[in-house]
Amino acid sequence: MSESKTPLLDDLEKGPWPSFVSDLKQLSKKKPVVSQLLGQMEQSYKDRWNYWQGTVINLKGYGGGVIARYSELQSKFPDIAEFHTIRVIPPPGWVYSTKTLRELCDISEKYSAGILQLHGMTGDALLLGSNTAKTHEAGEELMEKGWDIGGSGGALRTLACCVGMARCEMSCYDTMKTLKHLTDTFISQLHRPEFPYKFKFKLSGCANDCAASVQRSDMPIIGTWRGPMQIDQAEVGKFVDAHGADYVVENVISRCPTRCISLKGREIAVDDANCVHCMHCLNVMHKALRPGKDKGVTILLGGKRTLKIGDTMSSVLIPFMKLETEEDLNKLTELVERIWEFWTEHGLDHERVGEFIDRVGLGTFLEGVGIEPDPQMVIHPRANSYIKFEELAPGKMAGEPKKTPSVMDKEIETREAAV
Amino acid sequence: MTAQAKKLAPRDNGAPEYMPNLHPLMVKNYGKWKYHEKIKPGVLKHVAENGDAIYTVRAGSPRTLSADTVRKICDIADKYCDGFLRFTSRANLEFQVAKEANIKPLIDDVQKTLKFPIGGTGASISNITHTQGWMHCNLPGTDAAGSVKAMMDDLFEEFVNDDKLPARVKITTSCCQINCGGQGDIAVNIQHHHPPKIKHEGIGICEHPKVVAICPVAAIRPAFMNGKPTLEVVDEKCMYCGACHGQCPNLEIRDAQTDTLAIWVGGKASSTRGGPSFMKLATFGIPNNPPRWPEVSQALRKILEPYKKTGKPYERIGEWIERIGWKKFFEVTGFPFTKYHIDDFRYARTTFNTSTHVRL
Ligand code: HEM
Ligand code: HEM
Ligand code: SF4
Ligand code: SF4
Ligand code: SF4
Ligand code: SF4
Repeated sequence: MSESKTPLLDDLEKGPWPSFVSDLKQLSKKKPVVSQLLGQMEQSYKDRWNYWQGTVINLKGYGGGVIARYSELQSKFPDIAEFHTIRVIPPPGWVYSTKTLRELCDISEKYSAGILQLHGMTGDALLLGSNTAKTHEAGEELMEKGWDIGGSGGALRTLACCVGMARCEMSCYDTMKTLKHLTDTFISQLHRPEFPYKFKFKLSGCANDCAASVQRSDMPIIGTWRGPMQIDQAEVGKFVDAHGADYVVENVISRCPTRCISLKGREIAVDDANCVHCMHCLNVMHKALRPGKDKGVTILLGGKRTLKIGDTMSSVLIPFMKLETEEDLNKLTELVERIWEFWTEHGLDHERVGEFIDRVGLGTFLEGVGIEPDPQMVIHPRANSYIKFEELAPGKMAGEPKKTPSVMDKEIETREAAV
Repeated sequence: MTAQAKKLAPRDNGAPEYMPNLHPLMVKNYGKWKYHEKIKPGVLKHVAENGDAIYTVRAGSPRTLSADTVRKICDIADKYCDGFLRFTSRANLEFQVAKEANIKPLIDDVQKTLKFPIGGTGASISNITHTQGWMHCNLPGTDAAGSVKAMMDDLFEEFVNDDKLPARVKITTSCCQINCGGQGDIAVNIQHHHPPKIKHEGIGICEHPKVVAICPVAAIRPAFMNGKPTLEVVDEKCMYCGACHGQCPNLEIRDAQTDTLAIWVGGKASSTRGGPSFMKLATFGIPNNPPRWPEVSQALRKILEPYKKTGKPYERIGEWIERIGWKKFFEVTGFPFTKYHIDDFRYARTTFNTSTHVRL
């Protein structure tokens, strides 16, 4: 028996967790190019060094979507000289019929190395391993069959959402429908970079935030409700009987962030005006407690990962809005357009919207996009006194109110009130 | 017919339709789900207002899959799931089953044919999110899929069971300091240790102003060398973030000799209880040691074992640390607390203890 060419990777075939190495080795029998991929990876494992050069390729009519990779070890591994990834927009919530999924398999084998990644961290279905010519052919076939290509560069990225109403009783709005609406409405912004930098939406049906939207997207849209929580007292009673009152106090009542929930005998009472819809009590007692009937969303803005100023978390922009009718969806798209317009005009190169807000100030930003300040946008009001009160400053000339120059002078005139 | 003359396929198709990709029971009960129950680790039951029930069987996957493996997944979904399935944000598979009797044969088939484990629900360690690493990125200092495989082998029992931990633990990885991997209860991320080395001979392909502008601390400036324009880095200012390396491959931030891994704890995305939180530095200087990164798995155990012992139900790692205090955290894990654990970047002062609340 000849010696293995990938002794280090072979080690990753052992152990109980499924091994991508075993799967790729199997694939290499059908697709010899994959053994060169494994060969290069083995070299990386040996040298602790990466051997990919990268850039992006644009399909005709598009401004991105293909992550191009070129091997630096082409003389050793000529077949992976070009080894690109196509970003494909998956069905909302990553739901598939086997027919849909088999179609992706066929396309990936026909034009690429037959490697799929389900899914990338942005949410795309990734097809790995086509050369430049095949990439264009794959793109044509994908689009012929109704698929579309994800974004890259200073553009909107593929959206992601939780499973929502399709299979979750917690969902307070239709995440899949909203995802489809936003993607289709803004498909040009997704394909043709025109922003200072990337922009991501992630949609979660409730504050459990299964799409991890708060930290991983510029604009999280998270389901919530107003008014009374739905309580099934009979189920509460059963829960108390099954677990005991102490358990309920320790694990539900005392964990409420606003101390607005209480246990009275075998019944639960919620001070709904103080409930911040954190979902904890519903998660524990999911048969007894359900979101209220008047559902909607909280919209946040400004989250992103580390580059460049450190991570930022999104923060509240619209505390509550309904998101049910066509009209509601149009309000949302109009809000998004106002944000993009202001950010695109005044944002610096590579400045995510959260970084932009940090630079110009949330107050300035709100004026720029025409949204009224709301106490729910902050943890508390400012604690320092260095404030330029525009209305209280003396006029430049007698009788003439002074206006502080501000980056969004132009915008204010044309904008209407908030959503 | 030349390629140019050929008519292009339609552009801007948008997102695929979801209804045709949903199990018929999910179409029928869309927005009408009432509650769910856990049947056993990896198996959930969702019940609709009208009494309809659908079962979900969750299986871990390596995320990178050959087309043939995906076809095998499809075969299983055709056999037991009426031809439908979904993926989770952590690259798990979810098979939707209408008939309770199909659960067992489905699980047997998944374990036999795919060798994928069933689990990842409730208080478990679900699949570790990862990115491309040496398989397909141009920036990585370490591998992604391989380190995740090694860690999941070690954490296997915590994936297939859901009663070993106080609450769910989400682990993420990043193979450069751009940090594609997200926030997590625990994150294992690469850490660079010197300013980028400039490959002057290659400088010129990138637009200089763009590279200069990307540096968060304005450490990059234009320079001249041998009569040719190039770039230089002010070493004292540079914080080794690697932003410039993403912009221009000739500012090489990686170093096979000196790059190490750091472990971060306490990140949380959901607004449950105290709200979302960022993760904080737990330990650093862990060797980047392929193919199995054993030192990483050892460090994870140092966090997980005490958390198992003293964490309360529903208490995520960050909440557990908040309750017991960071002093205790460093005691029980044995990680040294150093000056590097004290923030010196933006908003550092907001992380200092300004009260007299000390645990003695
Ligand atoms: C040359 C530059 C870059 C390359 C090659 C690159 C590559 C990638 C790839 C391949 C992914 C998907 C990873 C996966 O899921 O498999 C990704 C995701 C991601 N990238 Fe980058 N990236 C680049 C620049 C950046 C920059 C500059 C940032 C930060 C501002 C960034 C932040 C992220 C984040 C946060 C994700 C995760 C996305 C999500 O959670 O939705 N990347 N990147
Ligand atoms: C003229 C020089 C260059 C400029 C001005 C430039 C600029 C950019 C910009 C603005 C992005 C968008 C980043 C994002 O939104 O993710 C980008 C992405 C990227 N660049 Fe460059 N770049 C240059 C050269 C290169 C070179 C030489 C390489 C590799 C050899 C490269 C590889 C990439 C890759 C892989 C991405 C990732 C795109 C994505 O994942 O969205 N670039 N570049
Ligand atoms: S975010 Fe909420 S609605 Fe969406 S899947 Fe998670 S628990 Fe369900
Ligand atoms: S949802 Fe959260 S804030 Fe509201 S009552 Fe329950 S635990 Fe309290
Ligand atoms: S974390 Fe860095 S190296 Fe890893 S895939 Fe993302 S950009 Fe590439
Ligand atoms: S590594 Fe970061 S801080 Fe250092 S020069 Fe590059 S961009 Fe600037």
